[in-house]
Amino acid sequence: MDVLILAGGLSHERDVSIRSGRRVADALRGVGVKADVRDVDSTLVPFLRSLSGTIVWPMLHGASGEDGSLQDILEMCGATYVGTDPRAARVAWSKPVAKTVAHQAGIATPDYVTLPASLFRELGADNVLDAMVDRLGLPLVVKPARGGSALGVTTVTAREDLPRAMVDCFAYDEVALIEKAISGVEVAAAVVGDGDSAYTLPAVEIVTDGNYDYDARYNAGRTEYFTPARLDSDQAKAVSETALLAHRVLALRHLSRIDLILDSSGVPQLIDVNVAPGMTETSLFPQAIEASGRDLADVYKEIVGLAR
Amino acid sequence: MSDQPEGTRLDPWLDSYAARALGMKASEIRALFAVANRPEVVSLAGGMPFIGGLPLEEIGELIKRLIIERGEVALQYGSGQGDQGLREQILDVMRLEGVTAHPDDIVVTTGSQQALDLVAKIFLNPGDVVVAEAPSYVGALGVFRAYEADVEHVPMDADGIIPSALEEALDRLKAEGRPVKFLYLVPNFHNPAGVTLSMDRRPQIVEIARRRGILVIEDNPYGLLGFDSEPLPAMHSLNPEGVIYLGSFSKTLGPGFRIGWAVAPHAVKEKLVLASESAILCPSNASQLAISTYLDHHDWLGQIKKFREQYRERRDAIISGLEEHIPEASWNVPAGGFYTWVKLPEGLDSKSMLPRAVTARVAYVPGTAFYYHGQGADHMRLSFCYPTPERILEGVRRLATVIESELELVETFGTATRPGPDTVSFPAPDLA
Repeated sequence: MDVLILAGGLSHERDVSIRSGRRVADALRGVGVKADVRDVDSTLVPFLRSLSGTIVWPMLHGASGEDGSLQDILEMCGATYVGTDPRAARVAWSKPVAKTVAHQAGIATPDYVTLPASLFRELGADNVLDAMVDRLGLPLVVKPARGGSALGVTTVTAREDLPRAMVDCFAYDEVALIEKAISGVEVAAAVVGDGDSAYTLPAVEIVTDGNYDYDARYNAGRTEYFTPARLDSDQAKAVSETALLAHRVLALRHLSRIDLILDSSGVPQLIDVNVAPGMTETSLFPQAIEASGRDLADVYKEIVGLAR
Repeated sequence: MSDQPEGTRLDPWLDSYAARALGMKASEIRALFAVANRPEVVSLAGGMPFIGGLPLEEIGELIKRLIIERGEVALQYGSGQGDQGLREQILDVMRLEGVTAHPDDIVVTTGSQQALDLVAKIFLNPGDVVVAEAPSYVGALGVFRAYEADVEHVPMDADGIIPSALEEALDRLKAEGRPVKFLYLVPNFHNPAGVTLSMDRRPQIVEIARRRGILVIEDNPYGLLGFDSEPLPAMHSLNPEGVIYLGSFSKTLGPGFRIGWAVAPHAVKEKLVLASESAILCPSNASQLAISTYLDHHDWLGQIKKFREQYRERRDAIISGLEEHIPEASWNVPAGGFYTWVKLPEGLDSKSMLPRAVTARVAYVPGTAFYYHGQGADHMRLSFCYPTPERILEGVRRLATVIESELELVETFGTATRPGPDTVSFPAPDLA
């Protein structure tokens, strides 16, 4: 079995993607799988078209890797690939769209509004921000509608800090998702498989001194992870069922990571879904695999085997 | 609750690190620069010399001959102080800037960055103060932070560090009981500010330091890269006993050799050699002998002249691009070196704007990198050393659209000022 991992790209998460790609390739090579890592550049399409029998695993984080574009290219080139198809990836990539779909399926998600930068210009920033705070209250989480690794994300506790947070957010995307901040137990559920046969790995609980931001994600120290999460059986079941439901209703394939906050009532609130979850040294998906008692390579091989 | 699993912070040695290692971590900004090396991105960020301007075939032949004919020496350990022959040649290089020294006064190092590290290692105690220009070289700030020193920045103008401001800062620090260990300066074609310490001010600054018993660290990687004029006399030439001079082949030949040097008063030099031996045993013999052979057999001065012309052409490109596309900003016109220091239109924050720039396929280094306590958000450093003039112009065009969009945002939200200072982060080597 030959595997081609696509990593790098031109997104803000290039560095994370390269690290993810190398880690997965190393694990697969360790069990005899021929795994190569390749960047995405102008030679990619002819290369993909020349492939025969190689399974492609797109591990690009951020735009073009997760927004369905690369998946469209893979389909056009007739590649057998790991992961969600272009249409579903497009839905999952947009946080507000994914939240809407999930909400319609009965999954709780923090109340939110989605606003483009242009609207603030047209309507007056203060008017919109005031209305926003009246509607959602404080604290709020301001985040790019599309993006990952917590880049451009700010938790705002005071009204006067909102303009700065909006400017930081719009540096990453023209559209902002402003969400009611939920306090509770932050967990990530890794999902493997498709449809009814999909299953979850042990949920990872994330405890940080502050926000789970870029620094907390990629520098060991500020974040403490508990895997499996310190949940009672009902809570653990609710997390697993919510993650599987999200995976299913969003038509995600082969692997995903569903980020949730278990609120004070014990209800899992959907925060984000990831079709190309990070696989770095500090990433959650590999931690979940290890907590399940299985080898990383074992699960990666299983995921590769699902490719189509 | 069910069985309580043990938490992990993913690094079992977290509690073992020295305090000085706490700030050593990957930053969001550093991650953004991962994209900067892609060919689609015009990088005005990196201070990478234009290696394509070197006679690479000749250097290749020279290295080949070196290994075949003197491989047993080149690939062996060498002297901790550095190759004697190269140290003699370094005297010839420094003579161009008026430095007179003895080969025994020179310590060859792994780039002048290591020389800076050694100086910090032998002089700085935690809490000591280093006085530096505002802004200052990011790689130096990283070293000072690693030795747990504090940095006091002193303003510059078009003629370099301002003597009266230096006096004021030193008076204040003395009154506060904060000991100043040395004054760190990049006097020629400053990184990042692009300015040169004027002829008039050099003796003034040296005298202020001498009078107050403060050592001067003169970091001079760019001194031979003036576009229109001959090099100014080094500060070392004005007071060899009070100045440690740091030199480098990284900008006049290539950083891949990793060869720099320090010239220091005798007793200081002795400590630098011992400190270097404990750190690296000896600098690379292969690199030293390759450079020595290059200096012997190649018209190195002619090569520097070519570099000056190539960099001047690029400087002209970036300045004309700024004039045409970003007239609302202001900048200096450097007379040499690699950098121009751009002041952004009112209200913009260069650090906050960087992701937008990366999306637009252009990169720069935010001004915050060049201040110990994270000021400088209203500036950015643009490097013109590496891209072709055409690419530089394209980069500035892209930057103009980024600034235009950011200005719209700032007008909309009425702010771009970040509350609270950030701290210096550690740059990737190609960005320093």
